[in-house]
Amino acid sequence: MKISVSLTVNGKPVAAEVEARTLLVQFLRENLQLTGTHVGCDTAQCGACTILVDGKAVKSCNMLAVQAQGAKLTTIEGLAANGELHPMQEAFKRHHGLQCGFCTPGMVMTAIGLSAQNKNPTEAQIREALDGNFCRCTGYHNIVKAVKSGIEEMA
Amino acid sequence: MNAFGFYEPTSVRKAVAIAADHSEGKYVAGGQTLLAAMKLGLAAPSDLIDLGKIAELATIAYDKATDSVVVGAMARHADVASAGEVASRIPALAHLASLIGDGQVRNRGTLGGSIANNDPASDYPAAVLALGATVFTDQRKIPADEFFKGLFETALKPQELITAVSFAIPRRAAYMKFRNPASRFAMVGVFVAQTSAGVRVAVTGAGSRGVFRVKAMEDALAKNWSPDAVKAIAVPASDLQSDLHASAEYRAHLITVMAERAVAAA
Amino acid sequence: MTDTTVREKSTTAKSPAAAPTGPMGARLQRKEDMRFLTGAGQYTDDVKLANQSYAYFLRSPHAHARIKSIRTEKAAGASGVLAIYTGNDIPATVGGLPCGWLITGTDGKPMKEPKHPILAQGKVRHVGDQLALVVADSLDQARAAAEMIEVDYEPLPAVVDVRDALKKGAPAVHDEAPDNVCYVWALGDKAAVDAGFAKAAHVTTLEFVNNRLIPNAIEPRACNAAYNRADDSYTLYVSNQNPHVERLLMTAFVLGLPEHRVRVIAPDVGGGFGSKIYLYAEETVCVWASKQVGRPIKWTADRSEAFVSDAHGRDHVTKAELALDKDGKFIAMRVKTSAAMGAYLSTFASCIPTILYATLLAGQYTTPAIHCEVTAVFTNTAPVDAYRGAGRPEATYVVERLVATAATEMKIAQDELRRRNFIRTFPYSTPVALTYDIGDYDACLNGAMELADVPGFPQRKAEAARRGKLRGLGYASYIEACGLAPSNIAGALGARAGLFEAGEVRVHPTGKVTVFTGSHSHGQGHETTFSQVVAARLGIPVDDVDVVHGDTDRIPFGMGTYGSRSLSVGGAAIVKAMDKIVAKGRKIAAHLMEVSDVDVEFQDGKFTVKGTDKSKTFGEVALTAYVPHNYPLDKLEPGLDETAFYDPTNFTYPAGTHICEVEVDPQTGETRIVNFTAVDDFGNIVNPMIVEGQVHGGVAQGIGQALLEGCVYDRESGQLLTGSYMDYAMPRAADLPNFKVDTRVTACTHNPLGVKGCGEAGAIGAPAAVMNAICDAVGVKDVEMPATSERVWRAIRSKG
Repeated sequence: MKISVSLTVNGKPVAAEVEARTLLVQFLRENLQLTGTHVGCDTAQCGACTILVDGKAVKSCNMLAVQAQGAKLTTIEGLAANGELHPMQEAFKRHHGLQCGFCTPGMVMTAIGLSAQNKNPTEAQIREALDGNFCRCTGYHNIVKAVKSGIEEMA
Repeated sequence: MNAFGFYEPTSVRKAVAIAADHSEGKYVAGGQTLLAAMKLGLAAPSDLIDLGKIAELATIAYDKATDSVVVGAMARHADVASAGEVASRIPALAHLASLIGDGQVRNRGTLGGSIANNDPASDYPAAVLALGATVFTDQRKIPADEFFKGLFETALKPQELITAVSFAIPRRAAYMKFRNPASRFAMVGVFVAQTSAGVRVAVTGAGSRGVFRVKAMEDALAKNWSPDAVKAIAVPASDLQSDLHASAEYRAHLITVMAERAVAAA
Repeated sequence: MTDTTVREKSTTAKSPAAAPTGPMGARLQRKEDMRFLTGAGQYTDDVKLANQSYAYFLRSPHAHARIKSIRTEKAAGASGVLAIYTGNDIPATVGGLPCGWLITGTDGKPMKEPKHPILAQGKVRHVGDQLALVVADSLDQARAAAEMIEVDYEPLPAVVDVRDALKKGAPAVHDEAPDNVCYVWALGDKAAVDAGFAKAAHVTTLEFVNNRLIPNAIEPRACNAAYNRADDSYTLYVSNQNPHVERLLMTAFVLGLPEHRVRVIAPDVGGGFGSKIYLYAEETVCVWASKQVGRPIKWTADRSEAFVSDAHGRDHVTKAELALDKDGKFIAMRVKTSAAMGAYLSTFASCIPTILYATLLAGQYTTPAIHCEVTAVFTNTAPVDAYRGAGRPEATYVVERLVATAATEMKIAQDELRRRNFIRTFPYSTPVALTYDIGDYDACLNGAMELADVPGFPQRKAEAARRGKLRGLGYASYIEACGLAPSNIAGALGARAGLFEAGEVRVHPTGKVTVFTGSHSHGQGHETTFSQVVAARLGIPVDDVDVVHGDTDRIPFGMGTYGSRSLSVGGAAIVKAMDKIVAKGRKIAAHLMEVSDVDVEFQDGKFTVKGTDKSKTFGEVALTAYVPHNYPLDKLEPGLDETAFYDPTNFTYPAGTHICEVEVDPQTGETRIVNFTAVDDFGNIVNPMIVEGQVHGGVAQGIGQALLEGCVYDRESGQLLTGSYMDYAMPRAADLPNFKVDTRVTACTHNPLGVKGCGEAGAIGAPAAVMNAICDAVGVKDVEMPATSERVWRAIRSKG
């Protein structure tokens, strides 16, 4: 059974026919070729697939594409504008908040989601806010610094 | 994941009608447990009836008549954690919601979905039981004491839909969670509350039959609301779960420690 | 600092220079970040080929079973199915997956090497053993068809724990090894050790488990294999740390394909930590099947699949003893270890608990006699192989847990006991076959104690006690052998491959440079670090250098990335290639300036006639090489493109001291790391920012081992109990503290960059530091890793 969905992805309208079982992350990666959103687990824990749905950080592996009907989605590909990195991307670069890069899109999206809720998070709050994002490379040290600095820059 | 039909009703009435026509269908609320289970092949409903477009299910409001906070079944954990109505009147409930899963899960997961699933390690059942809450469905009101029936079992009939949960405002309450280091579910979670109906202590994460009350602690706290009152009260390990992460004996010990701390924090 | 060949003469470690002027030592932001931060990275699963098909592997649900029959007819008829293969379909000419290191036992016999079929034949030997491949138009179809395959198993008794596997009458994983022993191997002078123990004033004994870990790179393993009919060639995209080795093993040892017709591309790789060094069955089967099916086949592991099929790490059971004289001088050490191999020998499995373990047992100390016996054991589990640190964390755990325990037992301060035994003269030959070229262990210990504010610890402990908490401090002064490896030595020890590295430096006519390296970057930042090395040497902007890796068609050759070898071996190859570039450039410049090339020197990007201001820029020389109008064509070839292979003459020996401070909640046993300090000597440092990041990540994995992570199989059923993130506790941000890291420098004496490697140090030092801290806080001799809250609570209770 194919279902029509229309939504906005990175500011552009998207309409498609999808099977109900298509996960949002599959839709992004396979239908829209937005492969910056990654899949790192099958139990909705690692957070590599995190995107913003109507401004809120959500694991796109644990949501159906059809559930995004009418929603505004932002993925990692939608952050930089005119060749200028988003302040959070810039902060990750400046603070060496990424190594292999696989968890990075999810981390960045979660951090931007946090920025909407907390304009001045403490280090402990940032660490808690990253509970749904696994990184195996950085030990989180520089990610935490990057998130703090990125949120400051966004203010 | 197996193929399934998908429906997006905009009212409870429509949702229930669709469910009546699809006996192997399932409601999906936030989907944080159900979709994960479907991906692993642990659940394979014929149809999903998505509740996300039913605005009436997502409200959070204070009800003056009953002096309670009524939380819609589709209220997301993040909304419960941040809603002024909850934070000002039942801060322990807001705190509990802020400890569920992780930030992304809290942006999708819902109260109704959580208690309908009744995972023995989830947080909400402790609040529902300790606050003596009432579960509203499309058909009836179910008191908390009758709602939770065991591991992943509730009093809900097939296709019965939770619409809201009403939490009476307690005089004091607190939730202490000792989380499982891997899953972030509760290894032991203790919710203590003193309401006009008395004192309740509810434990999640530990019971071999799901969330349960600790009568001995309730009696002791009713006489003397202080951490010391529960210090010497131990829950028998024989009623508790043992797994990879914690033995029943250790869980029993944690219940006492968490109860003490919850009372101190309330 | 443009002269990269400067070597330290003294063994006194220096703090790294404060503000470098050139690219060497600069905290340059990474070149690779731009693509990763914008979603433009290309990981294997991002590659979609024309006419793509998808693979799903049916895996064993049993730990051990005989396959009585497999019926695929129904599944083969399912929608979208292109092909189904089982072990019976694999031609007899296809070999098993090879093990790259031959260990010879104490009995003089080679290790047991049972066949590791690419699809199970006759028996399955661990949960997750691959049984059949289904190829279909879509992944959903492949998966659905796999569920329709009917397998009749005869379950057999399984054994998953090395202690159980060594018991008399234990079920045999392989008929070839009825006692489950792969080899018994030993190193060191047993008689000297026995004599040492006989005269000891004090003996410290520990028995412990080094817990099995699942590497969990966040990108699951993946491959995409395509056969090209036009030229009878194959292209394999694979998430792998060493594409040339992958190709060599796959073509020469398993599939019998012409090596030159297989192109292996390891594009962006989302972390490896050892688990992507190996040649695995999945990509091998997919390459083979891609020709049969005639379409590209993509496979990406689910995380659940990764848990049961990636090679795991550690899994040792050890008894260790340290003999000391009355002053605390180490006299002898005796170690007996049983190490799990899993159900089959993975690519480097056999050398991890031997060559990379026993050889490190001297640590930073002058212990004159050491003997280590290792029994490698087959179990009905996923194979065990290198995981970040690979043998060296296990060795450090032995040494540093012994040293810490001995210090406590003999009432000697932790730092003092270490100081009494530090090696201080170099080169130093250990009793376990290594020769340390250089080091300054006092410098790192002192630096770590200062950074960790050890003098302030009693005050912090008292303050914690007032809050009802227990504080403890733990040290680990580790050493590692990196820069793998001198090929001749490795060969003598059983390696079936060389361990050099290759690099090509291609100067373009405009003076821009592309570097082709056999090292592979999967998070380490080679594109940046290697560019800095090249820019510094050639005197050109870092942005004028591009680094290419991970493609057997573009790179001359490569042994890949593991064992913290990339800069010390791979970087050295690039330096050698640059030496050739500069030598040729001098000849070209000499011709242009009409002098002899011996009179031309190269510095800061200029070829200058000595003692004059006459010079030619690097760019002018490059252009001349490609537009050779005025050029000594009779003596010199045009072009400026050089390749070099570098084979190290020794291992490198990074070392340092890590100090962990924990706070334990005695009511719950919950342990928090409140401070973690690492002061390491990695030799010269090219990019301190990247080095610090490597330490942070390594420490996090080490803390993960100590506090959180433990792979558990059910000892009865052989089922993996920690088969998902719901049960396998990964370190999260909130589980970890900020880290305090610093370095001291004694430059490696035998490679041109003076570097030692930094990728594994954190994972090597941290477990022992954390566990020593917990034991100190709680006041017990040992707690088993991972030190879960329950284990710590029980340890506290055991004291009464």
